[in-house]
Amino acid sequence: MFPIVCKRQLADQIVLMDIKAPRVAKSCLPGQFIIAKTDEIGERIPLTICDYDRENGTVTIVVQTIGAGTKRMMDLEEGDSLMDFVGPLGNPSELCMEENLEETRKKKIVFIAGGLGTAPIYPQVKWLHEHGVEADVIMGSRNKELLFFIDEMKAVAKNCYVCTDDGSYGFKGVGTAQLEALYEEGVRYDQCVAIGPMIMMKFSCLTTKKLGIPTIVSMNPIMVDGTGMCGACRLVVGDEVKFACVDGPEFDGHLVDFDQAMKRQQQYKTAEGRAKLAYEEGATHHGGCGHCGGDK
Amino acid sequence: MDVMKRIPVREQEPQVRATNFEEVCYGYNKEEAVEEASRCLNCKNAQCVKGCPVSIDIPAFIQQVKNENFEEAYQIISESSALPAVCGRVCPQESQCEGKCIRGIKGDAISIGKLERFVADTARENNVKPKKAEKMNGKKVAVIGSGPAGLTCAGDLAKLGYEVTIFEALHAAGGVLSYGIPEFRLPKDKVVAAEIENVKSLGVKIETNVVIGKSTTIDELLEEEGFEAVFIGSGAGLPRFMGIPGEQANGVFSANEFLTRNNLMKAFKEGYETPITRGKRVVVVGGGNVAMDAARTALRLGAETHIVYRRGEEELPARKEEVHHAKEEGIIFDLLQNPTEILVDEDGWVKGIRLIKMELGEPDESGRRSPVEIPGSEYEIPCDTVIMSLGTSPNPLISSTTIGLDVNRRKCIIASEETGATSKEGVYAGGDAVTGAATVILAMGAGKTAAKGIHEFLSNK
Repeated sequence: MFPIVCKRQLADQIVLMDIKAPRVAKSCLPGQFIIAKTDEIGERIPLTICDYDRENGTVTIVVQTIGAGTKRMMDLEEGDSLMDFVGPLGNPSELCMEENLEETRKKKIVFIAGGLGTAPIYPQVKWLHEHGVEADVIMGSRNKELLFFIDEMKAVAKNCYVCTDDGSYGFKGVGTAQLEALYEEGVRYDQCVAIGPMIMMKFSCLTTKKLGIPTIVSMNPIMVDGTGMCGACRLVVGDEVKFACVDGPEFDGHLVDFDQAMKRQQQYKTAEGRAKLAYEEGATHHGGCGHCGGDK
Repeated sequence: MDVMKRIPVREQEPQVRATNFEEVCYGYNKEEAVEEASRCLNCKNAQCVKGCPVSIDIPAFIQQVKNENFEEAYQIISESSALPAVCGRVCPQESQCEGKCIRGIKGDAISIGKLERFVADTARENNVKPKKAEKMNGKKVAVIGSGPAGLTCAGDLAKLGYEVTIFEALHAAGGVLSYGIPEFRLPKDKVVAAEIENVKSLGVKIETNVVIGKSTTIDELLEEEGFEAVFIGSGAGLPRFMGIPGEQANGVFSANEFLTRNNLMKAFKEGYETPITRGKRVVVVGGGNVAMDAARTALRLGAETHIVYRRGEEELPARKEEVHHAKEEGIIFDLLQNPTEILVDEDGWVKGIRLIKMELGEPDESGRRSPVEIPGSEYEIPCDTVIMSLGTSPNPLISSTTIGLDVNRRKCIIASEETGATSKEGVYAGGDAVTGAATVILAMGAGKTAAKGIHEFLSNK
């Protein structure tokens, strides 16, 4: 069992949890993910690692309601436990590897976080900051209520640009609009990391391709075991079929077939289920991108 | 009684079982088992034992069954096998013990598998446990993977007094016994969980949710956690696909995914949250045991189910009993055919499959006649689900994170057939991680060999 040592509401339908999981905390790195299972009947749910504390043996995850399984997980309280918690899975971010540090230092890096994408981006920016690399961050969400981790991110980013689709906080517009605005002012980047809903990553990549910025994305497809066994998470990158769990989760965003990946994301969603979700989530739908029109 | 004929085993009616996940075969009762055992010739130079990958003293246990000493029969099997209730159900007996049975020359071979199952089930019902080591030797061994290879290796080492910890990547122990083989062939709570409990009763610890190569590494186990030897029984790895157009469509699954959702995650059971696709017409590609399992699972979930295999009936690699059961249940076998494309609708879902007819050509190096396409014979059939059951390629998680562990051209871990030793001192391996996808019993045989190898290594250290 894996105890929840701290739980904090970040926004409507989004909670942060610190989970006691010493083996994961000891070996995880930014960019990796875990799989959690609430109880006997629960699904195996892949979640990105948002932070970790090696000394206390805890791993921070951020969960958003996207179905019955995540809802039940979020309803747990401090002192309760998750039945299963396994990781770290996937490869660490290449930018956050000691052996690549010299290369990374030469780059001017911008992160674009869409919605829940803030969670996996935070540990990368933090790691870089701790290793003397200052990166810019653009954080976007639908509205002010859905923003989280602004202070945390500002503490580790060189410049942190916050934007909302409705203009209720910071720049009015999506993350890529903010990026284009910066380019008009003459700011330039050598590397972009865009993480968020697939549709947001797709449009970020279209923009960065136009601007000529190499872009890394982190894919979060449907998966079961997370160790390469089931093949559910396969996606097309360039001309190759890759498994997000063992080959990724990070890929060259300019090579990912997002349309295919988004179709596969729909695999277990019925029309009825989607309608129910849209109704229940209302304004909290985690698009954060302005592009997906409520369909995730 | 005709001594040439085996006592038939009772089974669920095909039409009934095609709609449920209860076990197909009921097994022998006491009278049937004793009667079947009495057919055994108790050969001096028993061929059946030579056919058994773990060398169970088959005539000896059968004599005990004949004399109704079921507990003694169990202890005889336990000396060689940690998982008799499993093996009695899933071993390919027809090509192993029963294939060598002298009775089988003129009549039916003794039903060794069904007798083994009876003995193991009877022991479980009477709470008979395998014998524990008298004292522990204080040496720690790590076993990676709780499938048949790992459980066997761990069980044998525990009996020798080692302190064994099994590390399992998934949330439940059992490996392929839990995620792969379906409930109707191998009941999870009744049989698999009970066999795992037996291994634990020998003193073996099982830590689930640990991915070796990620959560920790073999080098860390050896250097930081105090283990003196490691056995790798991590199983088969990444599912293969065909590389044909349409394979990424929604409704195309690997057999691994389909079976894991159903078996490990219990998607077939009311109340469990994991979703599964219940197709209307399902095409399973492949002819092995896994293909049969996937097809019979899809059938039970309500689909008209086809098996498409590029060779003929004789060449089907699955156990005879599985093919027979599948046919009885109404699975349609489309043999000597091969998919060339999966047809996809505008929303990205499977709508059909294009097949080409095949004929068997000359035998290749392996002696098997290789299938050749018949030009111009392509045709399409509508379907909504395609399940690829084409085997697996090794998972690089462990080999890529362990310093000094050699793999072969096919990326399988290289291990000695005699001892299980790998290129790295103190590290042993066996099962599918070494051979590529094979059977439960071969993995158990390898686990057994490695346990012996580890014992010799640590005794001389």
